[in-house]
Amino acid sequence: MEWFLANVPQVLSLTGSHLVQAVVPLVLSVIIAIPLAQLARLNKGLGAFILSVGSLLYTIPSLALFVILPGILGTKILDFANIVVALTIYAVALLVRSTLDALNSVDDGVRQAATAMGYKPFQRFLAVDLPLSVPVLFAGLRVISVSNISLVTVGALLGIPSLGFFFTDGLQRNFPTEILVGIVGTLVLAMLMDVVLVLLQRLLTPWLRTRPTTTAEVAA
Amino acid sequence: MSLAATNYSASNPFGQGLQWLKDPANWQGAAGIPARIIEHLGYSGLVLLISLVIAVPVGLYVGHTGKGRVVVVSLSGLLRALPTLGIMTLFALMATSTLSLMPAIWALVLLAVPPILTGTYAGISAVEPGIVDSARSMGMTEWQVLLRVEVPNGLAVMLGGFRSAVLQVVATVAVVAFISLGGLGRFIIDGLAVQDYGQVLGGAVVIAVLAIVIDGLLALLQRFAVSPGLQVSRHIPADIAPGSEQLASGSEPFAARTTGGTP
Repeated sequence: MEWFLANVPQVLSLTGSHLVQAVVPLVLSVIIAIPLAQLARLNKGLGAFILSVGSLLYTIPSLALFVILPGILGTKILDFANIVVALTIYAVALLVRSTLDALNSVDDGVRQAATAMGYKPFQRFLAVDLPLSVPVLFAGLRVISVSNISLVTVGALLGIPSLGFFFTDGLQRNFPTEILVGIVGTLVLAMLMDVVLVLLQRLLTPWLRTRPTTTAEVAA
Repeated sequence: MSLAATNYSASNPFGQGLQWLKDPANWQGAAGIPARIIEHLGYSGLVLLISLVIAVPVGLYVGHTGKGRVVVVSLSGLLRALPTLGIMTLFALMATSTLSLMPAIWALVLLAVPPILTGTYAGISAVEPGIVDSARSMGMTEWQVLLRVEVPNGLAVMLGGFRSAVLQVVATVAVVAFISLGGLGRFIIDGLAVQDYGQVLGGAVVIAVLAIVIDGLLALLQRFAVSPGLQVSRHIPADIAPGSEQLASGSEPFAARTTGGTP
């Protein structure tokens, strides 16, 4: 505890860079996965291809991907970008699948009703299909957020600053307190991110927020 | 114990990685690629064995009786959030001797238990209640119901959880090199230490290929181990915490959770 209090500025700055490396992939993956999922839905063959490439990329271990990417991207090995790109790849691989499931789960009757009301296909996608997929999309995002926050720590092995620095530094200094601070920090961060995502989801799905009326209330 | 440096003629990292992989010296001896692969698989196998012994009985019990479901789901969620690198370094420091294997193994067990546990539990509890009831009404004992009806019916989901655990363990064993153990991670850690990027990249490629091959083999196993009558429909109960099971392998869509969206 004393060590923690004496090192608050360092903890905060590492938490900051940790957060950036975990959140940016989350945002990027949403932007990339939604069009890919819609593409996969409209074209079955392309869809199968996208999904299998996704699960192949997902299979590559993170430490390996972190060090392969600089060779491909031309970045320095200590660059944030490697972690961000690697985590984005994992996130997209998971999210395309869940978004596809979500889009497929939208009731066809609802789609037809929207078309009958005069929605153009793209408009309908944005105004009807996508909002109805939000809960499943967020279920995927919550999984990705937890695993991202844990994976970011692996970057510390390459010297990229994150809360994982406390693990490598604590081991070298034979100082368990420092490692504990890192673990607790990572857990707290994962929990906070989860709360933020749940709140964001509630904000985006106002129609689910109203308490479901029970049959008894309807009868009354 | 590490490899002698490869002399590179290529200047770009990929050329060096390729040369490192082609250098016959890197394929020999106790620090060579085959030896490291065996080490890597050995650690992974030990972790998975311990995890199976812990997680499968608990998962079967919870799935069969329905008791302790909430505990299992929330415990798995918590374990998933733990950074394995942190747990590993902490365990390594707490251990009496610095070079011992078991601290890392236990840290990895914490990683492998959640997917196996939730996969087993989800597989068993997703079996149609009518099937289970008819097995009972035929006079099967609870053990017979579990082993002859619930396990074969839930096997696809159970294997999905196992596959995801294998994948995570094989990937994360690469990290144990950091606490001075062997495995394929050595090439990355050693290569980084001496700025030998060819070794780093070559090692990374070997790890990636190993993971892909193992996942492919498990996919085949999953196909052959599951009764042909069950290949089409599988469902997972919707009340499982998001992604707490086989999601990570990317093999099982979480279609079960798609219900929330449509009013």
